[in-house]
Amino acid sequence: MQNPYLPYPVRIDEIITETEDKSLKTFKFVFINPEDEKKFAYESGQFGELSIPGLGEIPIGIASSPMEKGFIKFTVFKTGKVTSSLHAMKEGDIMGVRGPLGHPFPWKTLEGKNIVIIGGGFAFTTLRSSIISILDPVNRPKFKDIHVIYGARSPGMLLYKDELQAWAERDDIHMNITVDGTNDPNWKFLTGFVPTITEQKAPSGSPDTYAIVCGPPIMIKFTQPVLDNLGYSHDNIIMSLENRMKCGIGICGRCNIGSSLVCKDGPVFTLSQLNNMPKEY
Amino acid sequence: MIEYTAKIKEIANRLLSEGKVEMVIGFRKGTVPMMNQPHYATSAASVNELIWDSNCAINLANYVTDKKGTIGIVAKGCDSRNLVTHIIENKIKREQLVIIGVPCTGMIDRHKISSMIGKDILAIDESGETITVSGAGFSEKIIKNDVLQENCASCAHRNPIIYDELIGDKVAEKTYVDPYASVRRVEAMTPGDKWKYIEELLAPCIRCYACRNACPLCYCPTCFVDESKPQWVGKSQDSIDVRTFHLLRAYHCAGRCTDCGACERVCPMSIKIREFTKKLNKDCQELYGWEAGLTLDQRPPLDSFKTDDPQEFIK
Amino acid sequence: MTLIKIDRQTWVDGIEKAKSAYRVFGPVKENNDHEFKLLAKGEMPDFNCQNTRMSPKAIIYPQSQIMFTYSLDESKDDCRIMKEVENATSPQVAVGVRPCDALAFPIVRRNFDSPEYQDTYWIKAYEATTFVGLACNAACSTCFCTSAGTGPFGETGLDILLVQDGDTLYAKTLTPKGEALAASAGWSSPAASDVSARLETLKTAAEASVTAAVSTDKLKDKVLLDLYEAPFWEEEAFSCINCGTCTYVCPTCWCFDVQDETHGKSGIRMRNWDSCMFPLFTHHASGHNPRHNNYERLRQRFMHKLKYYVDKYDSGIQCVGCGRCIRLCPVNIDIRRICDKMNSFDAKSCACDVASS
Repeated sequence: MQNPYLPYPVRIDEIITETEDKSLKTFKFVFINPEDEKKFAYESGQFGELSIPGLGEIPIGIASSPMEKGFIKFTVFKTGKVTSSLHAMKEGDIMGVRGPLGHPFPWKTLEGKNIVIIGGGFAFTTLRSSIISILDPVNRPKFKDIHVIYGARSPGMLLYKDELQAWAERDDIHMNITVDGTNDPNWKFLTGFVPTITEQKAPSGSPDTYAIVCGPPIMIKFTQPVLDNLGYSHDNIIMSLENRMKCGIGICGRCNIGSSLVCKDGPVFTLSQLNNMPKEY
Repeated sequence: MIEYTAKIKEIANRLLSEGKVEMVIGFRKGTVPMMNQPHYATSAASVNELIWDSNCAINLANYVTDKKGTIGIVAKGCDSRNLVTHIIENKIKREQLVIIGVPCTGMIDRHKISSMIGKDILAIDESGETITVSGAGFSEKIIKNDVLQENCASCAHRNPIIYDELIGDKVAEKTYVDPYASVRRVEAMTPGDKWKYIEELLAPCIRCYACRNACPLCYCPTCFVDESKPQWVGKSQDSIDVRTFHLLRAYHCAGRCTDCGACERVCPMSIKIREFTKKLNKDCQELYGWEAGLTLDQRPPLDSFKTDDPQEFIK
Repeated sequence: MTLIKIDRQTWVDGIEKAKSAYRVFGPVKENNDHEFKLLAKGEMPDFNCQNTRMSPKAIIYPQSQIMFTYSLDESKDDCRIMKEVENATSPQVAVGVRPCDALAFPIVRRNFDSPEYQDTYWIKAYEATTFVGLACNAACSTCFCTSAGTGPFGETGLDILLVQDGDTLYAKTLTPKGEALAASAGWSSPAASDVSARLETLKTAAEASVTAAVSTDKLKDKVLLDLYEAPFWEEEAFSCINCGTCTYVCPTCWCFDVQDETHGKSGIRMRNWDSCMFPLFTHHASGHNPRHNNYERLRQRFMHKLKYYVDKYDSGIQCVGCGRCIRLCPVNIDIRRICDKMNSFDAKSCACDVASS
């Protein structure tokens, strides 16, 4: 019997400060035991528990893509006790990772479909993973049009800036990068809140078009009516939830929303599913 | 008690129909013997559920903390003292409350009666000073005074301190009561024996926090045991953490505790939690001549400063 | 299945014999109440109790349990690497488990031993344990086992069921584990042929002594959100002080918290029972709490036991009718009352009431 609470030991290979306020850092981990990387076989949309001995664990979406080999990446917002300590760690430090946990985005369902990826703030991590996966030459032919709407408060608060730039130059993905506002005269992308940009740039809903929406509650609240107006069925709106978690494997009991456990049955749900669940998130 | 119940209902109906209060907080009969339930009435139907007997020991001041609107509240002596403390500490405004004062003859100790009888109690009736406890194939009469909660047996403030309505004649206050006999016994112990006493006292604790949550004084938005940044106390059954919780909680209540006994009554493990609070009550009485909740005009000694405060502890 | 007769002396001798092969737990009187304890040499389980105050769940799932150890000593190779703590897997027996509490173990197992994840700590302890039940000849007024999936002579979750008849015990072995224990204890005298009928009589009388009941037949058919939004929650929760008593004394409550504790350069990762009654249980690091209000937490507990669990596993309610929460709730929140409210709740008529009032 494998102990599901035992983290794989990992070494911090690289730490990238993502945002100008330094509240978001990306940690690139390398497994200390190479065979653990095989056990950590994941798909975009899943998460892991980052474990710092002495402080505890935190559930964080996996920002790297399964198409990227030899490491896994997590982008972490500094907020609580564990994340603050993580931000204080150095390259070369040893810690632990458990996973992959939860369900990924429904990639089988999404094959042959148009995908609209809508993200806001620091909830762009598993969406980055998804874009890397989709754009991989092996995978890209499996999907039709790909639209991305990604917004942050300001240019300095955008994650993965170099990659965003590179994607914007491609012709097999429609990038709509936006900020709430900026004084930067060199800003060459959009200005406006995510719901507004969605209204202007997202394709109309159809049975073949799916939206994946990740962002702060306020963004989700105002984006949903926009998608309704665009004709998206609630079965075609896919969201990823967060709740306080500990075990990450559906046992400790704290992250439930109705009969579903966010960690094990989610974190990915369709809006149709959420409509029939209590609003306890 | 039947008269008390009728009077409470009458007053509650009047207060509600005259629009003086939005709700009346009292008790309704519990689903098991000796366990009346805190209850709020907003209509004639729910007023009709209100009851008074010797099983109304939960401190109702706990149910008005930070409440909005106007509230009628049934209050025996200790509840009224906690309302005084609440008003002083800005947890409720005096003008929000219509206090329905109950002269109290003490509440009966459910733990004590259960262990005395040792059988499944199905019903409990009281008539004056006689309590009749009955179950399958037995019926026993007990004198109420023999089974009072310990804090009630030594209570010197059975009549409400503040009230707007009084539901019956005031009862005679006990003239000489000594609530501190057990404290003196512990004070006389060697430090080693004291420690052992505390250890044994707290050994059954399961950290359910019923004592804290039933206490009207424990209204901190986040209790120190629940703080996570920084985390002051461990979460396990480690005896150091268990003791830290109980000792610090007692000190947080120093000079504020009315010895209402709610903490002990609600403890599922029957821990004598008042052993701590009583010691601090005794100290406050000896050092400052203070008993909590007797006046609206003075703040508790440990949140005020006077130049003649005792200071022998400063070396 | 065999029926064995155990007289007083054989019982005492058998328990002592079993202690050489097993760690034996049983009810022991402490102050005024009984609790399950590891029995010392010469110590006997005390059957003179209706039931223990705490449930026997802690025998398998202790309130605080160390899962891992770690070192923070940079000079060591294993610095910051979690090391699994082997939990005790030596054989143990829980003697005197009431049938209600016995049913709790298979219920809780659905959580700890799912097709996807196996909680090694719980499963190893569970598998190492032989459960010896003690039938109830008479129920308490707060017992409602017969409407919660078992009964005073219920056998689910047990390896042996003991029935007391005066000074004599009868043991019904139900599993190979139970047979192994009986052999180890030297309990082997077959009961006389008329004993079966006698035990049936006792069982019938015991079942008749259960006076409390809950109705659960309509829970499954209710619309989850209707029940969740039912108007009675705030009123029912009024007296609730959100302590953890109900959850900690409950044999089927399984939630836990994980904590690291470091002393010097070494530490432990452990789990502790947690409670959905506590605000911290669901408190996000951002400060947001999806169950901020008291009544939302009370609702969670009952919805979990009586609706979410029912829908998820289709195996009845997550409650065995032991009545502990009823007896020990400081403010008389009564699961029977709430269960009946839920079972009889009619969202349509309720909406009409609101409209007409």
